[in-house]
Amino acid sequence: MSEWDALPGLVEASERHHETTLVVTLESLVDAATYLRDESDFNFLSDLTAVDYLGWGERAVSGYIGTATGRDLNNPMTQGYQAVPLPKPKRFAVNYHLLSISERPRRVRLQTWVDEGEAVPTVVRVWPTADWHEREQFDLMGIVFDGHPNLVRILLDDDWDGHPLRKDYPIGGEPVRFSGQE
Amino acid sequence: MTATAPTRSRAPIYEGTRIPYPIPTVLTTPPSVLATGDVMTVNFGPNHPSTHGVLRLVVDLYGEDVTGLAAVVGYLHTGFEKNMEQKTWWKAIPYAPRMDYVSYQANEYVFVGAVEKLLEIDVPPKAVWMRTLLLELNRIHSHLVWLGTSALELGAISMFWYAFRERETILDLFELVAGYRMHTRYFQVGGLADDVPRGFYPEARSFCDGMPKAIDEYETLLTRNKIWLERTEGLGLLSADDAIALGQSGPVLRASGVDWDTRKVEPYLAYHQVDFSVPVFPEGDVYARYRVHMAEMRESVRIVEQCLERLERMEGEPWIADDRKVVLPPRHELHTSMESLIHHFKIVTEGFRVPEGEVYFAIESPRGELGCYVCSDGGPKPWRVKFRAPSFVALQATATCMTDALIADMIAVVGSLDTVMGEVDR
Repeated sequence: MSEWDALPGLVEASERHHETTLVVTLESLVDAATYLRDESDFNFLSDLTAVDYLGWGERAVSGYIGTATGRDLNNPMTQGYQAVPLPKPKRFAVNYHLLSISERPRRVRLQTWVDEGEAVPTVVRVWPTADWHEREQFDLMGIVFDGHPNLVRILLDDDWDGHPLRKDYPIGGEPVRFSGQE
Repeated sequence: MTATAPTRSRAPIYEGTRIPYPIPTVLTTPPSVLATGDVMTVNFGPNHPSTHGVLRLVVDLYGEDVTGLAAVVGYLHTGFEKNMEQKTWWKAIPYAPRMDYVSYQANEYVFVGAVEKLLEIDVPPKAVWMRTLLLELNRIHSHLVWLGTSALELGAISMFWYAFRERETILDLFELVAGYRMHTRYFQVGGLADDVPRGFYPEARSFCDGMPKAIDEYETLLTRNKIWLERTEGLGLLSADDAIALGQSGPVLRASGVDWDTRKVEPYLAYHQVDFSVPVFPEGDVYARYRVHMAEMRESVRIVEQCLERLERMEGEPWIADDRKVVLPPRHELHTSMESLIHHFKIVTEGFRVPEGEVYFAIESPRGELGCYVCSDGGPKPWRVKFRAPSFVALQATATCMTDALIADMIAVVGSLDTVMGEVDR
């Protein structure tokens, strides 16, 4: 992991499912993004995804975890015991999936954590393609991107209330009445 | 506006960058042009037959010159990603193909593939080869729809009938395999939903025999066609650097001279075992995008043939992984085995569980880099699903491509970006 030591604001670099995740602090996000683009050749922003972890870990998960090897007796997660997923540092994660279109093609996930009310610095100056991606995450997840030149809703109407991909957004639906019920 | 007038014959690809500033996706009319008082703002779409669905373009016109342009999307937003969070992993699969309703199997595979990556489940070879075959048939299908509609919009009506003739054959093949012509839902986590039906291989073979001849016919109609050349050459220019900066992928990127194909660079499925080449054209205009599409169809036919050769020797092999925690047990076991019945019941009612974690899985869809981000808390439902839609990103290049263009070229340029609005708005 020594390759990433020089990354500005690096909190943690991890490898899981053959994917590298680089967690950086919110303040140095743009520095880290610029560093990755210029020094490590990640010239292509493939995707930008925000995840809402509200309620994460409140529901214990048990039972049949499917793995290639079936149940592993040394791993409690596969045995049917109650297990709670690992807690997350803040409510929202913003993931930047980067790709290097170069002689050395590879991918990396740049990740930063943000709480309700905090703004994420924009990376539109680093990768122009972030324009619509950031607008989409603002629209659906309510993440504010500081410095974005045109931060307005993109998929929903301009006068829409709330941000539907948040976990506390009501999903609606019609209540169903069953026979014998009042 | 820059000094260079739009030339009508093969404008060379530009130097440097043309991405508008400060908003990379909006072309703004310069104040000097605005001051003339002759600028007219026209609303194009969202309901217009040549916008490939419900795309709205707000265009500033100075005479016939496009001086300002902004693309407005979202008219087809249905909240697929939110819906998928409410379903079990198993029941979320049918949502994926409904996003890009022209290359549905690519979307279906990218979701299933992402879940498989999280599960670390092994897929049997027969399913791998069959998936490769169907994805390539789907690529031809998608390119045919693109070719037919784009040519139709530029006045070449006959192209539409030619392209849809072969498209019909492909849909028949899908129907033979899955029972559905579109949105087949044939890919299951762990493999395929059912075995390849008898009679599929000969039918697919006869399609492969006829397809190169059909592509020759299309090329006879268009490639050297004077009107087609006039309408496509030197238009919608996008340099390689701008294409990468704007996140363009697939045929648009390869028509700008970037030799990039996820199938070659990060092979998934059986792509490392088949022989095919990646067509690249350096001109960066609408005509180059057309040439890439045509050449890719020929390559896809070659891949399908190689898949058929392998599959024909795999008679009787399993088509889905034998993992009872994830995959439904074979139907016949339900009558005799209590254990199988329980597994069946658990998977259908509760859904299978996927280990905690997050993955990003990207494939080369007919439209380019199609990615799927999947996050699980270890439960039976996805915590978050996100699709990286190549069409959504492609539309961001509209402003750059339309720099110094005429209103009549807008149809050709927007069409050449090959977008499907269902995937843009999701």
